[in-house]
Amino acid sequence: MRALLTRDLALALRSGGGFGLSLAFFLIVTMFVPFGVGPSSATLSLIAPGILWIGALLACLLSLDRIFQLDYEDGTLDLLVTSPLPMEGVVAMKALAHWLTTGLPLTLAAPLFGFLLNLPSGGYLWIFLSLLVGTPALSFLGAFGAAITVGLKRGGLLLSLLVLPLYIPTLIFGTQTVVLAAKGLDNQTAFMMLAALSLLTFALIPFAAAFAVRVNLR
Amino acid sequence: MDLKVSDLGCRRGEDLILSGVSFGVKAGRALILRGPNGSGKTTLLRNLVGLSRRPSGAVNASTDLMAYAAHADGIKSQLTVEENLRFWAQVFGTNDIDAAVEHFSLEPLLRRHAQHLSAGQKRRLGLSRLLLTGRPIWMLDEPTVSLDVENVKIFAEMIENHLATGGIAVIATHVDLGLKNADILEISQFRPRHDEQQNPFLDGAFS
Repeated sequence: MRALLTRDLALALRSGGGFGLSLAFFLIVTMFVPFGVGPSSATLSLIAPGILWIGALLACLLSLDRIFQLDYEDGTLDLLVTSPLPMEGVVAMKALAHWLTTGLPLTLAAPLFGFLLNLPSGGYLWIFLSLLVGTPALSFLGAFGAAITVGLKRGGLLLSLLVLPLYIPTLIFGTQTVVLAAKGLDNQTAFMMLAALSLLTFALIPFAAAFAVRVNLR
Repeated sequence: MDLKVSDLGCRRGEDLILSGVSFGVKAGRALILRGPNGSGKTTLLRNLVGLSRRPSGAVNASTDLMAYAAHADGIKSQLTVEENLRFWAQVFGTNDIDAAVEHFSLEPLLRRHAQHLSAGQKRRLGLSRLLLTGRPIWMLDEPTVSLDVENVKIFAEMIENHLATGGIAVIATHVDLGLKNADILEISQFRPRHDEQQNPFLDGAFS
């Protein structure tokens, strides 16, 4: 298991691995919004939590199809299924590796990018915390979508269509956590719901995705 | 232990490709699968290692005893040869790559990235992975593709060694490996009869 995690991380960090693409995309989105919406700081601070969350979500979506597709193409996935590792564990490790290379960097960068959008001072801690708790759910839900579309050539479009509706609850509770905190209101309910969604995906997705992979290899 | 397959049916997607496949392989022997292209050799091997459903029939050995080598080698081109081997050794819990390196003389290639290997070198790397699995039943799909004459010989030696320790190999190949303890199974005899095609959506589609 640990071997699989370190291998996936090494692959992501080496040339052609796609690490940094999500981060660059996130930076581009947050940088372009002030140009598009205008520099009025009141407007920007109003939409900042939503922009940060949507940016992170789309950035996360960019690299989803890599979770299984590359391993499928070079035959590694067949060999992993016939290896002693349980497929559920393989899925969980791959989703974790995806989070460590996309979700975590996005989370660390978000407070910095929040500055570009004039995020209200109460929001910095909570944009960090909400992304820290919420982005793992994005990676796990994405792993499920990737597992369903693994055998398809150019399955990226279908993958996005499948996954985006599943991302909506996380997006709603994630932004609410920050919006409420920025207004100085109690955001505990939204934050707890966000955490609950993540825990739910950890518990269910590995089984569903492992099953989907097995069906797709038949 | 012996491998015994009885009355196995094999599907590729929804199509029934083979039915009534029955054979036995004693420990220490190899079985060569023969048949024209598209006759179901790969489908049979994928079924045996548990990659597809078994609509009917039984295999006496658990898939945990089988190692599979497919057309694709499962080699990561950004990793070095050594990293590729270490990964699979860790996955199978054997942790010792020396035997695999030695047998296919991979020593001078260890630090090279797999993307800079030739097709034959990749194949050698892919086949040496079998030694890392520590599993007794090898299922090999066209293992000698892109190997030169000398390496085919080295590969046949590897099979012989494996059989000598009581292992089993089921090999789909068109090349004569010159194995001593090998039987040949012609698999086109297991083509399903037309009335066995159980997919209602295909009924009469090709008549």
